[in-house]
Amino acid sequence: MKRTLTAVLLSAAVLSLAACGGKKEAAPPAGAPQASAPAAGAGGTRETVTLRMLAMKQAAYSDASVQAMVKKFEEKNPGIKVDVTFVPYEALHDKIVTDQASGAGEFDVVLVDEIWPAEFAAAGFIRDLSDRLTPEMKEGIVPAVARILEVNGKTYGIPWILDTKFLFYNKDMLAKAGFSAPPKTWDELLEQARAIKQKGIVEYPIIWSWGQAEAVICDYTPLVYSWGGEILAPDGSPRFQSGPALEAVKWMVKTLDEKLTNPNSTSALEEDVRQVFSQGQAAFALNWTYMYALANDPKESKVAGQVGIAPFPAGPAGAYGVSGSMGLSITKSSKHPDEAWKLIEFLTSFENQKEYASESLPIWKKAFDNPDQIKAPRELVEAAKTQFASIRGRPEFVPWYNNFSLKAQVALQNILLKQKTPEAALSELAGQVESLRKS
Amino acid sequence: MKRTPAHRLRGAGESGTLLLVLFLLPAMVVTFGLIVVPLADSFWTSLHRLNLTAADRPFVGFGNYVEAIRDAGFRQALARTLYFTVVSTLLELVLGLAVALLLNQDFRGRGLLRALVLIPWALPTMVNGMMWRWIYHPQYGALNALLTQTGLLDSYRNWLGSPALAMNMVILADVWKMTPLVAIILLANLQTIPGELLEAASIDGAGAWQRFWHVTLPWLRPGILIVLVLRTMEAFKVFDIIYIMTRGGPANGTQTVAYYAYTEAFSSLQFGRGAALSFLIALAVGLMAVLYFRLLGEEGAGA
Repeated sequence: MKRTLTAVLLSAAVLSLAACGGKKEAAPPAGAPQASAPAAGAGGTRETVTLRMLAMKQAAYSDASVQAMVKKFEEKNPGIKVDVTFVPYEALHDKIVTDQASGAGEFDVVLVDEIWPAEFAAAGFIRDLSDRLTPEMKEGIVPAVARILEVNGKTYGIPWILDTKFLFYNKDMLAKAGFSAPPKTWDELLEQARAIKQKGIVEYPIIWSWGQAEAVICDYTPLVYSWGGEILAPDGSPRFQSGPALEAVKWMVKTLDEKLTNPNSTSALEEDVRQVFSQGQAAFALNWTYMYALANDPKESKVAGQVGIAPFPAGPAGAYGVSGSMGLSITKSSKHPDEAWKLIEFLTSFENQKEYASESLPIWKKAFDNPDQIKAPRELVEAAKTQFASIRGRPEFVPWYNNFSLKAQVALQNILLKQKTPEAALSELAGQVESLRKS
Repeated sequence: MKRTPAHRLRGAGESGTLLLVLFLLPAMVVTFGLIVVPLADSFWTSLHRLNLTAADRPFVGFGNYVEAIRDAGFRQALARTLYFTVVSTLLELVLGLAVALLLNQDFRGRGLLRALVLIPWALPTMVNGMMWRWIYHPQYGALNALLTQTGLLDSYRNWLGSPALAMNMVILADVWKMTPLVAIILLANLQTIPGELLEAASIDGAGAWQRFWHVTLPWLRPGILIVLVLRTMEAFKVFDIIYIMTRGGPANGTQTVAYYAYTEAFSSLQFGRGAALSFLIALAVGLMAVLYFRLLGEEGAGA
C-alpha cells in the first residue's frame, strides 16, 4: 500500500518536472525566434526579430494576399520575420482581449475594428501612436477613416482596411424585371424587389446579414440614420426606442413579412450573404467591398459579370453608409514596437495597398483622385466615392460599445424572429443601456 | 509490508521527513500552481467589480453573485442549460441502451460494427459542430436535401434559424456524438450479466420484454448511473458545440450558462462577473457530483 503511494508520488514528481522542463523549452519561440535567443539583450549585433500579427480570415484582404504582403516586407527588412495568425472576425475581439488581459501578450500587431479603440484604449491593450504619425499620414488619409482609431485626441493605430457596405445587385435580374438602374431609395428597393418576386425571377430578392453578430448592427445603423433617427446620444443615453429609429426597425420587419427579404437573413453573416448572392438566389445583397471581386470571379460565383454595385439607397432623411473600417495597432505588451511600426507603415502604404485595391480600397485620398493607379475596377471606385462621402459610424464612442452591441443584437433578433414586438424589445434594451451607463 | 521505503524514511527521523517533503514538492508546486492558486485568484476576482475598461476595481463582496442570480439573462441561460442537459442526457441514454442491446446480440460483423459505432465519439467536438452546421445549412444542407427529396418536407428550412428549433438541433448534434460513449459503457455492463440468469428467467416463463424489464435493466443500474453522472455534468458545462454551431444565437436561443459567462468576461470585459458566474457553474456541478456520489455510495452498499 505504502509502496504504491510512494511510487505514485515519485512518478508524479518526475512527470511534473518533465512538464516544467517542457514548458521552459517551449516558451522562448513564442516571444523571440530561435536565432535571436542567444543574442537577446546584446544590442548592436544583427538579430532576427519575429513579429506576431493577428489578422482576420474573412472579408477585405484574403489571407493569401496578407501573406504575400508580409513576404514582401520580410524581403525588404532582412532582420524581421512576421508570423501572421488569422481568426474569423467573430473571434477577433475576444482573441485580443484574451491575449492582453491574460498577460500572455503573444501578439505585437493586431487588427482592430473601428468600434473597439475606445474600449481597448481604456483597458490599456494598445499603444498611443500619436508621436509616430507622419505628416503624410495626417494629410493623405481619406477623412472618413482618418480618425477611426482616435480616442480623446490620441491615435491608437493606422487604418488599413477602408471599408463600407454597398448595395450589390444582379444586373440581369433587374433587366428582366424591367429596371435599368438600381434603386435610389429604400422604398424603391422594395418596389423593385416586389416586381422581381412577382415575375418569379427569384423567390426572395433581398439578402442581409441579420444573424446574431456585429453584422446585424452594420445593417441596422445606416437604416436608422437614413430614417432620421439616432442610436445613442453623445452622453450614451438611448435614442433608438422611439421615433424614426423605431420606424426603421419596423421597416426591416416589413421586408420579412412581405417575403422580400430572404428569411435566412436572420441567421446569416457576410459570407452567407455572399454565397446566396453568388449562387444567383438574390437580386439584391448588402455587403462589404470584398464581395465585388469575389462575386465577379467565375470560380467563386455563378453570377460573375452580372454584378452591379451602388451606394446605399436613401431613406426619408437621406442616404447613409456604414463605416466599417479597421486599422492596425501595436499592443501594450509588444517588445518590438519599432519593428511593429515598420510593418504597419509598410502594410498601410499606398504602394502596398494599390496592388490589392480590388479586395480593399486604399486608405489614401490619392487613390480616389487617380483611380488608374490602383488595381480596382472603375465601377467600384465610383460607387465608393459616393458612399464614403456619406458614411457614419456606429455609436462606438462609448467604451462599453461591445457590450451594448451584444445586447442590441439580441434585441434585434427578438424583433426579427417575432419573439418580441419592436417596442417591447427596444424599451428593454433601453433599460439595459441605462445600467451600462452606470457601470 | 514492513520494510517499505516510506517506513525506512520515517524511521530515519527529521532528515527523512525532509526527503519526503522534497519528493512531494514538485507535485505540490504543480497542484498549487495550476489549480489552487488560479482558483483562489479567480475567486478573489469574483469578489470585485473588475471591468477592464474602468480604472478602479472596488471590492463588492458577493455583489457579483447576487447580481448574477437576479439577472434575467442568467436565469434564462440556466433554464436553457437545464433543458439541454435533461433532453440530451435522456436521449443519449435511451438510444445508447438500444444500440448496446443490439451490439450485444450475436451476429456476423458484430466486431466491425462495434468499432464503427465509436466513430462519432472519436470526432473532436469542433469537427462535429462544423459538420452538423453544414448538414443543417439552410441552402445547401444535406438534411434539407434528404427531407425534401423523400417528400417529408416541401421546402427548405433554416434549422438553426429560430431559437427553440436551433436548441433542439444542437441537442441532436450532441446526441449523435455522445450516444456511442453511452452505448459502449452499457455494452460493457451488459456483458457482465450471467447467461444463467436470463436462462432461468425464460425457464420461469418470462418473455423477452419481462426479461429486459426485470433482469437486464436492474443489472444495468451501475452503468446507467455512471452515464448519468458523466453526461449531466458535462452537458451542464456545454460550451464548444454551441460556440461552433450557433454562437449562442439566434436571439440567445442557445446561450447556455457557460457561454453566458464567457460573453460576460471576454466580450463585455466584466471579468469580475465572469469569474462569479464560473464559480456558480462550478458550484452547481459540484452539487451534482455530491448527489451522485451519494447515489453511487448507496449503490455500492446495496450490492
